[in-house]
Amino acid sequence: MSILARNLTKTFGAYTALADVSLEIPTGKLVALLGPSGSGKTTLLRIIAGLEFADPGSGRIDFHGADVTDVPAGKRGVGFVFQHYALFKHMTVAENIAFGLTVRPRRERPDRAAIDARVKELLKLIQLDDLGARYPAQLSGGQRQRIALARALAVQPKVLLLDEPFGALDARVRKELRRWLRHFQREIGVTTLFVTHDQEEALELADEVIVMNNAKIEQVGTPQEVYDRPASPFVIEFLGNVNRFATKAHPLPGAGSDVLYVRPHDVDILREYHGEHGVRVRVQHVFSAGNTGRVALVREDNGDAIDAELSRVRLAELHLVAGDEAWVVFRHIRLFPAGAFTERDVATEDATPAVADPGQGI
Amino acid sequence: MSRSHRSVIPGFGLSLGLTLTYLSLIVLLPLSAAFIKTLGMSWDDFWTAVASPRVVASYRISFLASLAAASVNCVFGLVVAWVLVRYPFPGRRIVDALVDLPFALPTAVAGIALTALYAPNGWIGALVAPYGVKIAFTEIGIFIALTFIGLPFVVRTLQPIIEELEPEFEEASASLGANRWQTLRRVIFPQLVPALLTGFAMAFARALGEYGSVVFISGNMPMRTEITPLLIITKLEQYDYAGATAIAVVMLGASFLMLLVINLLQKWSRRHHAV
Repeated sequence: MSILARNLTKTFGAYTALADVSLEIPTGKLVALLGPSGSGKTTLLRIIAGLEFADPGSGRIDFHGADVTDVPAGKRGVGFVFQHYALFKHMTVAENIAFGLTVRPRRERPDRAAIDARVKELLKLIQLDDLGARYPAQLSGGQRQRIALARALAVQPKVLLLDEPFGALDARVRKELRRWLRHFQREIGVTTLFVTHDQEEALELADEVIVMNNAKIEQVGTPQEVYDRPASPFVIEFLGNVNRFATKAHPLPGAGSDVLYVRPHDVDILREYHGEHGVRVRVQHVFSAGNTGRVALVREDNGDAIDAELSRVRLAELHLVAGDEAWVVFRHIRLFPAGAFTERDVATEDATPAVADPGQGI
Repeated sequence: MSRSHRSVIPGFGLSLGLTLTYLSLIVLLPLSAAFIKTLGMSWDDFWTAVASPRVVASYRISFLASLAAASVNCVFGLVVAWVLVRYPFPGRRIVDALVDLPFALPTAVAGIALTALYAPNGWIGALVAPYGVKIAFTEIGIFIALTFIGLPFVVRTLQPIIEELEPEFEEASASLGANRWQTLRRVIFPQLVPALLTGFAMAFARALGEYGSVVFISGNMPMRTEITPLLIITKLEQYDYAGATAIAVVMLGASFLMLLVINLLQKWSRRHHAV
C-alpha cells in the first residue's frame, strides 16, 4: 500500500468534514476521490498531503509503511497540485519547476547544472520544452497546470496529489489534459490521488474511484464496479443521470417506500409491445442533437417523468414526435430499500443491496 | 463616437471634464504659480537662491532624513502590517487604530510631544544623555519625527495586499519543502514589493514636505538641522517670495523625479503579474 489512512476525523468547529474515514491507495495507481462539494474530499486530500492535520488523537497516515501522521507537508515527499495552479508569478517557468530543488539545504541540493538538467527533462516530459524562460502569466491555463505538475514532480514525490486539477479549465482543454494525464501517469508510474466532483472525469481517468458523501466514504471500487454495482442510492444518483421511482409502500408501517432506479440508457422505447413488463408512456420532447438521442417521457398511469437515452440510429427508426404514445421496457433496474435513505450505513454494510435481475420489468 | 458604441456607464465626458478641471484647480494651478513666479528671476538670482551653501545643506538633511525614515518605515511598517493581518491577538483593533494616529494628529502636536520626550530633560532624552547622545535638536531628532509621520503610509498600503495573499502560494512552497524563512523570502516578499514601493514613495514624499512636527525637534540650526520646508518659510517671512518659490521649484522637481523613478520601479516589479 502506498498510502494507508485510518480513522481520520476532522472537525471545523461544529462542522464535521471527515467522520472516521479510512482508505488504502495501492502503489502506482491513479485513484479518484469523487464527491459533491462539502463531502470532505478536499479536506481528506489536504490531510494526506500534510497541509492540514486530522483532529488530535484521531487517525494515522502511513506512506509506504512509514508513519507520517505528524510529518509536515514539506517532509512527506508529496507533490501537490492546486486547482488554480499556485504558480509563483514572479518566477519563470524554469524557476518555478526548480523551486523544490533550490530550497533544499545546501548539502542535499543538486548543483546548478543538475537542477537545470532536471528542469529540462521535466519540461520535455510535459511537452513544453521551449517555455522555460516564460512567466506563468504568459501561458494558457492548460500549460500552467502542466507546469504545476512538473513543479510537483521535480522533487520526486512518493505520491502525487491533485486538487480538482481540471476544475479551472474550459471543457475542450480539460478533455485533452485528462487524456494526457492518464497517459503521463502510466508512463511515470507515481501513485496519484486526485479530487474531482465530475463523475465523468473520475470514471474515465481513474483505476479506482473513492466516492465520498457527507464526510464519509460511500464506496470504493473500479469505475465499472461503482457504476454497475453502486452500493447506495447516493452513488447511483451521483454517478450519472438516473430515473428514480418510488415503488409500492413498504410492508413496515411508517418505513416509506422502496426506490427503484433505472439509467436512461437502460430504458428501451417500443412502438408496439405485448409483454407484461411494459409501461405505457407519452413522449414529451425529443432531443435529437448530440452524441446520443434523448427522449423525455411521461408515464401514463402516474405521471412520473422518465428520461431515455438511445442511439441516434434507433431514435431515427422510431420516428417519435412529441405527443406520441409508446411503451418502455427497463433492461436493468436497481432497487434500494427505503432504509438506505434515512440511515446511510444500511447500504454500505450490506454490500449487495436488493438488486433486480437485468432484463426484469416491473 | 457613434451611438451604438457607447460605453455601458454614462458620463464619460462629464467625469473626465470634471477630473481635469478639479486637478487643474487643486494641483496644477498652485504648482504652476510657483514656476511662473520663478520665471521673473534672472538665472543668476535663481542660482544664488537655490544653490547657496545653506540651502544645499538643507536639501541634504531633508532628503537624507526622509530617505532614512522611509526606509526604516518600510521594514517596521511591513512587520506591523503583517502582524496586524496575520495574527489575531487581544487588542488588535486598538493597535490597528493606533497606526492612524500620526495621520490624524496635528503635526505640531506630534512635534511638541516628540520634543518633550527626546529633549535632554525628556524621558528618553534623559536616558541617553549620560552617554553623550543627543536626540532632539540633532539629525536624529528629525529622522525620528519623519519616521513617526511616515509609518501609516507604509502600513496602510501593505495591509490590503497582505490580506489578499493567497494561502495557496505558501502551501505550494511548503509542500515543495521550503522552510518558513524561504517561503517568506522567496514567495511572499516578492509579492509585496510593489506595495512596499508605493508605501515607501508616499512615506518619502510626505517626509520631504513635513514641516510642523520637525521644526520643534530639529532645533533649526543653519547648515545642520535646518530642513528645506523651514527655509522656504523663513524666506517667505522675509518677503523674499521669489527666493522661496525658487527653492520650492527645486523641491518640486526633485520630488517629481523621485516619484517617477519609484513608479517605474513599481512597473518593473509588477511586470509579470498581469494575468
